[in-house]
Amino acid sequence: MSLLTLVGALPLLGAALIYLIPNKNTELVKKFALLVTTLVAVASIFLAIGFDKSVTTMQFTQSNSWISAFNINFAVGIDGISLVLILLSTILVPIVVLATWHESDGGRWSVKTFYVLILILETMMIGVFAATDLFLFYVFFEAMLIPVYFLIGGYGSANRSAAAVKFLLYSLFGGLLMLASIIGVYVISGNQIGATFDLTQLATLEIDNQTENFLFLGFFIAFAIKAPLWPFHTWLPDAAKAATPGTSVLLLGVLDKVGTYGMIRFCIELFPDASKTFTPLIITLAVISIIYGAFMAIGQKDIKGLIAFTSISHFGFITMGIFAMTTQGMSGSNLYMVNHGFSTAALFLIAGWMMARRNSSIISDFGGLQRVTPVMAWSFFIAGLSGLALPGLASFVSEFLVLVGTYTRYPVAAIIGTLGIILAALYILIPIQKTLHGPVTPGNEKMTDLNLREKIAIAPVIAIIVVMGFYPKPVLDLINPTSEKVVTNAGFTDPVAEVNK
Amino acid sequence: MLTAPSLGYLLLSPMIIVFAAAVIGVLVEAFMGKTHRAAAQLTISIGALLLALVQLWRIRDLSSTTAAVNSVTIDKAGIFLQATVVILALIAVLLIADQENFTAQASAVPGSNEEAVALLQKNQQTEIFPLFLFAVGGMMLFPVATDLITLFVALEVFSLPLYLLAGLSRRRRLLSQEAALKYFLLGAYASAFFLFGAAFLYGYAGTISLVGISAAAGSANEVFLLIGIIFVSIGLLFKISAVPFHSWTPDVYQGAPTPITAFMAACTKVAAFGALLRIFYIGFAEAQTMWQPIITVIAILTMVLGSVVAIAQRDVKRMLAYSSIAHAGFLLSGVVALSKDGLAASLFYLMAYGLTTLAAFGIIGLVRDSTGEVTDLNRWVGLGKKSPLVGSVFAFLLLSFAGIPLTSGFIGKFAIFSAAYQSGNIAIVVSGVLASAIAAFFYIRVIIMIFFTDPVNDSVSVIIPSVKSKISISVATVASMVFGLAPSLLLTTATNFATFIK
Repeated sequence: MSLLTLVGALPLLGAALIYLIPNKNTELVKKFALLVTTLVAVASIFLAIGFDKSVTTMQFTQSNSWISAFNINFAVGIDGISLVLILLSTILVPIVVLATWHESDGGRWSVKTFYVLILILETMMIGVFAATDLFLFYVFFEAMLIPVYFLIGGYGSANRSAAAVKFLLYSLFGGLLMLASIIGVYVISGNQIGATFDLTQLATLEIDNQTENFLFLGFFIAFAIKAPLWPFHTWLPDAAKAATPGTSVLLLGVLDKVGTYGMIRFCIELFPDASKTFTPLIITLAVISIIYGAFMAIGQKDIKGLIAFTSISHFGFITMGIFAMTTQGMSGSNLYMVNHGFSTAALFLIAGWMMARRNSSIISDFGGLQRVTPVMAWSFFIAGLSGLALPGLASFVSEFLVLVGTYTRYPVAAIIGTLGIILAALYILIPIQKTLHGPVTPGNEKMTDLNLREKIAIAPVIAIIVVMGFYPKPVLDLINPTSEKVVTNAGFTDPVAEVNK
Repeated sequence: MLTAPSLGYLLLSPMIIVFAAAVIGVLVEAFMGKTHRAAAQLTISIGALLLALVQLWRIRDLSSTTAAVNSVTIDKAGIFLQATVVILALIAVLLIADQENFTAQASAVPGSNEEAVALLQKNQQTEIFPLFLFAVGGMMLFPVATDLITLFVALEVFSLPLYLLAGLSRRRRLLSQEAALKYFLLGAYASAFFLFGAAFLYGYAGTISLVGISAAAGSANEVFLLIGIIFVSIGLLFKISAVPFHSWTPDVYQGAPTPITAFMAACTKVAAFGALLRIFYIGFAEAQTMWQPIITVIAILTMVLGSVVAIAQRDVKRMLAYSSIAHAGFLLSGVVALSKDGLAASLFYLMAYGLTTLAAFGIIGLVRDSTGEVTDLNRWVGLGKKSPLVGSVFAFLLLSFAGIPLTSGFIGKFAIFSAAYQSGNIAIVVSGVLASAIAAFFYIRVIIMIFFTDPVNDSVSVIIPSVKSKISISVATVASMVFGLAPSLLLTTATNFATFIK
């Protein structure tokens, strides 16, 4: 059994053990959940230490037969891209657990159920990034929806059940389209090389153009809903508003990355020709997402809605970088996924604390927090600045790489995308001004600053944002080889090289 | 002089055991005192089914087309289907054993004095058991019958007891009797269509055997063959409740006593699909260009209509009825596939679906208020809060119906759609996944009602199930769960058993 499988199975084991703790002992449940998720994070760092950066093939592989009748294997393995996303997930979960210590108290069900769901979700998040068998990936991809559905519907606020259903139906719809495509790929593999779900083997299939286009679309729409790309995005703001801040962090920070990860791993690697055909369309959608998300964010009165729409804009950048088909764009997008995860986590967690203290999520209800709660205000400020990609903070590097990478092939798209940065300054700075600066709004005078637990939870996130802004090399070293390989395998070479001739 | 036909008693023994037990059940009903009658009947039923299962295991590697003078073919797929019927029936009989669901005396007029007295004196008749066994016997015969007359006989043998059973509900008897009458009248029409088609096929081929019809294909005016195929199909499509022959399903599912609905929904589907598969794979395979487009259209209509109409349902039994219509559509794609993979997928699907259905109806039988079962979904709100276990199990079963990964429903759907895709019926696959997306909506809506809505005052409670129901529901649920997580065993078995012989 490889270390990877162990890392993935650990949360599930934790969930089973938590189940044995008596319902009333909520503190023990929480502490145990924190312990398990921290252990997983530590174990996943060992995964990163043991990872050999010099090779681009899958590492920590394991393959066991699962459903022999269809040649389905429990096959896992990681390359640079999946490793960083797994790290993102495993590091965020304990932070979320610690940061949202009281989030589960007012839920529809017990505290225990909340942490069982979180831990099951963590296993599935690791699984979805680690799966090297298409069928296994699909199983994680779909089954992951169920814990999230219950997390939103059971512990969220206001319109939680409607939002949970909207989320689930959108995702299921996309998933089922993907299922049709998976069946198609499986049958074609059966006709050509013997039925298989193994990704490396599936990448060698020769599919005629029309079929490939349809199969590609099945995958792409599923991922575009997940990511979410305009016009498939409408579930996200609702879900983010209704979910608890912790769930939102996992939803936007990790789960949505499955969409962009899927675009790289499945759309481009399995259907390079169709990807080429659809690239202009996808780049257009991405640019629309960037601008649309930014404008919608500017207009938001609700703090959670604001973060949700900024994410739509950021996912536009990520998608643009992926389909620019240059190594810089690809690396930039991969890095962006990580950075966006941490920036959004910081924004959502701090916003969550603000909202819990003020009992409101309306931006105009806050004001002058800088004076009342300086630590909280400063952290929010840094997270916000990272969101608008200020140089020196994490998102800048990735946004720059994406834009450079896109410019070499699609200059117009890159230039319009740059507008998104300017708009970002608006949608971040205006709410920051309203919430943090100016006179103290009535009702905020007694607000308490972050306590020790909250400080401990947010410190690593802020640290990562700052460090990654100045020194992204360790992560880029993991990402670059794989990104290059993806672009090369898809049949592209960087246009920059041609200019040099 | 007539010579006695030679019969393969060993091969026929599973059916003979069940039929014999049914006859014994009738005698017990007539001669035994009421104190121990119910226990005796239950013992006979379970014993006969177990014995039949053992016999099926013993003959698992045998096959013959002449077990009963060319009219019954025992082959791998036939044995698998029979075993499926018997296993599902074993689980169903434990639900049926909760006598409390059935009227004490079927002959008493609803609301009459006689009825009240019978109830008061606990004068419970137990004719449900022999009727049930006759139905099971017919269901075992149906998928192995290989000539049109035997098919018709089998069809009637399992249908007639079902008509009666549907009318035996203790509560809301008029609704139950109405359902039975409707089922009987429409069923009789369908049988007539079947016979009509059989006559045409005989006229066309000069034989009633499926093999003979297959051999004769293309030899004469094909219009008669087409008419024959269409009318025979109507008779069968009625039984599997395919659109547009589905209208009886919601009424009968709703009106019949819940354990009977469970039995009917699970086992009739197996038997009828078994026969349908055999008829199309053996009898009509040569004429596939004729019927494939028709069945494809019907399959698509069935899955889409079943899924869409289910959304509007407010009664959980009616909702599951429409869901069973949608599933019939999914299963038809296995018929259209016309390949070994399609057959194997259908066999898996039938077993998985049957188990899930039994468990789901078993749970419906537990949700009650003071007057009896409550099937109005609006009163199910907050069930998950009152009884988390029952709520969670029901939610799991619904997710399995919806075909979410890690459930047996998903594996079945994947298997059957990939078989359909392989045979080039991509339209069915695309419609299938879209219909599944629609279907997901109403399954999830029920989950919302159970979990995300607070209980109201007049909502219902879950009774403590009897040991028999407990065993039945848990076995079906666990089996359904196992076939979702580790489907290999059943899938491999289904693939090994997926052969019809001519």
